[in-house]
Amino acid sequence: MRVPLSWLREYVDLPATATGRDVQEKLIAVGLEVETVERLGEGLKGPLVVGQVLTIEELEGFKKPIRFCTVDVGDANGTGEPQEIVCGARNFAVGDKVVVVLPGAVLPGDFKIAARKTYGKKSHGMICSGDELGMGDDGTHGIIVLPPEYEVGTDAIELLELVDEVLDIAVTPDRGYCLSMRGVARETATAYGLPLRDPALLDVPPPNAGGYPVKVADPIGCDRFTARTITGLNVEARSPIWLQRRLQKAGMRPISLAVDITNYVMLELGQPLHAYDRATVDGPIGVRRATPGEKLTTLDGTKRVLDAEDLVITDNRGPIGLAGVMGGANTEIAGAVADPETGQLRGTTDIVVEAAHFDAITIARTARRHKLSSEAAKRFERGVDPEAASAAAQRTVDLLVLLGGGTAEDGVTEIVSPRGPRTISVAANHPDKVAGVEYGRETVVRRLQQVGCDVYGQDELVVTVPSWRPDLSDPNDLAEEVIRLEGYENLPSTLPKPPAGRGLTERQRLHRRVGRALAGAGYVEALNYPFTGPQILDQLGIEPDDPRRVAVTLVNPLSDEEPDLRTTLLPGLLGALRRNQGRGTHDLALFETGPVFRPTGDEKPAARLVVERRPSDDDIASLDASLPDQPRRAAVVLAGGREQAGWWDEGRPAIWADAVEAGRIVAREAGVELIVRQDQHAPFHPGRCAALLVLVDGEEVLAGHAGELHPRVIKTLALPERTCAMEIDLDHIERAAAGPRRAPRISAFPVATQDVALIVDDSVPSADVESALRDGAGALLESLRLFDVFTGDQLGEGKKSLAYALRFRAEDRTLTAEEASAARDAAVAAAVERTGAVLRG
Amino acid sequence: MSAPNKSYDPVEVEALKPEEIAARLDEALAAIAAADSLEALREVKAAHAGDRSPLALANREIGALPPHAKADAGKRVGQARGRVNQALKARQEELEAERDARVLVEEAVDVTLPYDRTPGGARHPLTTFMERVADVFVAMGYEVAEGPEVEAEWFNFDALNFLPDHPARQMQDTFFVQGNGKKGDESGVVLRTHTSPVQARTLVDREPPVYVVCPGRVYRTDELDATHSPVFHQIELLAVDEGLTMADLKGTLDHMVRALFGPDMKTRLRPNYFPFTEPSAEMDMVCYVCRGESVGNPDRPCRTCSSEGWIELGGCGMVNPKVLIACGVDPEKYSGFAFGFGIDRMLMFRHNVEDMRDMFEGDVRFTRPFGMEI
Repeated sequence: MRVPLSWLREYVDLPATATGRDVQEKLIAVGLEVETVERLGEGLKGPLVVGQVLTIEELEGFKKPIRFCTVDVGDANGTGEPQEIVCGARNFAVGDKVVVVLPGAVLPGDFKIAARKTYGKKSHGMICSGDELGMGDDGTHGIIVLPPEYEVGTDAIELLELVDEVLDIAVTPDRGYCLSMRGVARETATAYGLPLRDPALLDVPPPNAGGYPVKVADPIGCDRFTARTITGLNVEARSPIWLQRRLQKAGMRPISLAVDITNYVMLELGQPLHAYDRATVDGPIGVRRATPGEKLTTLDGTKRVLDAEDLVITDNRGPIGLAGVMGGANTEIAGAVADPETGQLRGTTDIVVEAAHFDAITIARTARRHKLSSEAAKRFERGVDPEAASAAAQRTVDLLVLLGGGTAEDGVTEIVSPRGPRTISVAANHPDKVAGVEYGRETVVRRLQQVGCDVYGQDELVVTVPSWRPDLSDPNDLAEEVIRLEGYENLPSTLPKPPAGRGLTERQRLHRRVGRALAGAGYVEALNYPFTGPQILDQLGIEPDDPRRVAVTLVNPLSDEEPDLRTTLLPGLLGALRRNQGRGTHDLALFETGPVFRPTGDEKPAARLVVERRPSDDDIASLDASLPDQPRRAAVVLAGGREQAGWWDEGRPAIWADAVEAGRIVAREAGVELIVRQDQHAPFHPGRCAALLVLVDGEEVLAGHAGELHPRVIKTLALPERTCAMEIDLDHIERAAAGPRRAPRISAFPVATQDVALIVDDSVPSADVESALRDGAGALLESLRLFDVFTGDQLGEGKKSLAYALRFRAEDRTLTAEEASAARDAAVAAAVERTGAVLRG
Repeated sequence: MSAPNKSYDPVEVEALKPEEIAARLDEALAAIAAADSLEALREVKAAHAGDRSPLALANREIGALPPHAKADAGKRVGQARGRVNQALKARQEELEAERDARVLVEEAVDVTLPYDRTPGGARHPLTTFMERVADVFVAMGYEVAEGPEVEAEWFNFDALNFLPDHPARQMQDTFFVQGNGKKGDESGVVLRTHTSPVQARTLVDREPPVYVVCPGRVYRTDELDATHSPVFHQIELLAVDEGLTMADLKGTLDHMVRALFGPDMKTRLRPNYFPFTEPSAEMDMVCYVCRGESVGNPDRPCRTCSSEGWIELGGCGMVNPKVLIACGVDPEKYSGFAFGFGIDRMLMFRHNVEDMRDMFEGDVRFTRPFGMEI
């Protein structure tokens, strides 16, 4: 809502010195979000005067038509001589009154005016357009042609009300009444403690049977309909400058007198109005729901197919308007058009004015259904004061009579479905209890009265809320009114005493630790958008039947290429990797933790549960069952050097093993030992892919994969060679966590070290050899470490040698050489038996 | 070489004469002093203190002396050998010290050499900032609650008093999830537009008193630009207990901004409207960058607060009793307050982030300087 300060002053006697910023501050304090204060005409300096065009000479030979004019500006130029001005506009004729800016003046935007040579002539000033004066574009891009009655030489700054301040207020949905000058004025008056001149307090004749016939078939959708008729309007009458200016400042474009007046009254009183050309309305006006498939062309020229829920205004022919949203083209007010035969001006002379009250939800749905957000719909959705309808009709009639030369017919149609006043019972100390402040009953009552409520009662108040505040329905609503008017800024600051908390959960701690551990290992966290699409999965070589193809799909994605939510973290991370690569960073290690979204396939639509009480546990469980699984994952991607080259050595590229190790880093934070197995899984290199498993309650669970990406994927996505990745499910890791760690026993007896080298087939995983050694070595084995892997001709084709250092130690004695050797032999024997290993050398 | 003098007769042994011993001693000391390296000293030691050195040889002659002369000679030789050994030791130490000093000089390196062998990792500042904000409340006794990002509309809207046709529901530009069945089916599921559904989830699950915060990721259908992102972060707070007031809300907010932005930070509440709180307020804090000094001061404009002096942090208010009812909490007995703040914006002005996009592009140059904590 744009509120010109000059207009606001009409209803509240603000201090003469009060600036827009002052009013802004006051209104913000009572809860109106005044976003900006626009200072119209800032820096504007005259002379800017009314002039009359005396002569026009068309200049030839230029790219565009140019006129050399002389203009009478009276004494404004000091000489009284005609002012010579070059002008590019064409929408004026000799004798027209125009707005002339003279040398020495400054127009908005620090546009200094001086006499200057142009198109071979000297131009002493400018004939102005609305744009140049900061009035807003009137759509014609032409210069302003004034009505003839203004005197030559009159100051146009004042005439056109060019200097003003406009408050731009973002009205919240509960404050529909502030979509009007009347509502903002009420808040302003309260904020300043000044009386309000309510523009809705008008003398309105009582309804009678002589008005235009109206039939309301749906009193729920339309509980009030006022119709008034004006005849004999002067088709040439235009909106006066003051009216046009107020509309412009409020952000609306002047169109024609009748339309301007209905817009003006809507801005003033908040009541949307509609004017019908009586000549085109066929029979009584009706209000009913549309029949499905009915059609209506609205004023914006769009042909609309109506829904059974749409409320329509009708005449004998059918719909002539979408109630409360937009009128129909078939009864539109016609502008003045000259009759081609007689030359006589023709246009709308008789008007039926509608001021009605429609159901907020009906209007909201219709506006949404037809994607038609009009000024009227915006107000009805938020609630319009039903009691203001007849005053608004009266105000419209008055202005049409005054400015359009029309005659008001005596007939007044008013159809009202009576509704009782709305009352709320509230304890007088309720606002005190909500605020934590002792306001006392007297203050509470006074503030509620300022809002427009009638208040009765002592400790228990019975509050009748005003018709323009449909948002007030509960005791807390009233508490807010009292507290905001007493000033939020005056609330004290106290701290509640929560019961002792338990701190973070194990799960939350784990998530933090995982992030720290990966960052500690050199990975940089990236937060990627979870939007994705099938194309990236194709590029990753993920098979059509892969569960990662089953995604949550959005109805309204930002991009048609990415309609889905991620089922894996890798696409996002690979995107970030490429972005870094493209920006010249080549040694990269990135990680992300976060949810992926995996439909269960059994989701039913989530029910719209009750809100009047807590839904049952079953109902709440059904909501959770309507959601996809959202497991939390951790993932890394690596490319380039894991260690950089430098004066120390040649550096080391990131390899598949770094990716697998990243999985171990994550698992270790939960105290979980990963089981690593050879696997084949897109998007990984089939020979360089590890499955990462964990033990949950004794069962092996696949938790993720790691390795080098498939060369084809690397090529398709233009990734760095040998890019590696890991992705692991943190929820599985969490489930595998063994609980608090137990301290190991530290033996002080000497260690016995034994090295063994075993030759096995290439296909034997080292993990199998290691676990056989461990099992065979028994309890004396303190640790085991693979320190070399060797292949070569002397081993034979398809063989490899694995060299292990075994450390034996007993808790209670020094081991003898025989004991250590026996344990080693047992370890080797187990490896021989289980993996076909041969002891080397 | 002299053999022991077995045939007894008083004999004059040349080598044991006092002047002879003194001369050997002087030679030895001179040689020791002249030794200029540990190697040279080792040779000197062999020549003057070894088994075959003159003094050692002289020592062997003592046996040849008559008994009365033995003591004298023994004493003389012993003293001389003692002095030689002493001098050797002293010189040894001197030379070792010199050698050590020299080795240390030789081993000196340029310690200013860079060593960026393994570039450091970092956590994302949004992650660590959310943790930091949560920790402020955890320290006060709050717990951290969590909820799903793909959420049922009932939790995201209805339970929070966003009724189906209320304009407020349209204010939030919601991503809707497609139904499981044929295209166009309503799923009743959305990407949560705020962290507030966690309020409803918490109240449905727990008995008051409830004091929780919920940091998390939320979604709105905004295109990414310098100040908007379709994916962003909020932290939600919910306190429901007997007798909670707006003053408690104000005090809690004050505590938060002081803990996060410094002890001189001030807050301001402005009336506003949110369906799930009543009364509702918008919370501002004094501009962290200009501290309000840009207001009415065209020479010092502030981009962070547009020279308004205040920065909008988010919405808050007393939990609407309708929300309590929908979640099964008795509004006659309990009241509560709640707020939800945009983490991304707070991070932007707390750490001078100029462009929202920097936070979502994953550029390591942006994230790395933030390290592990913020």
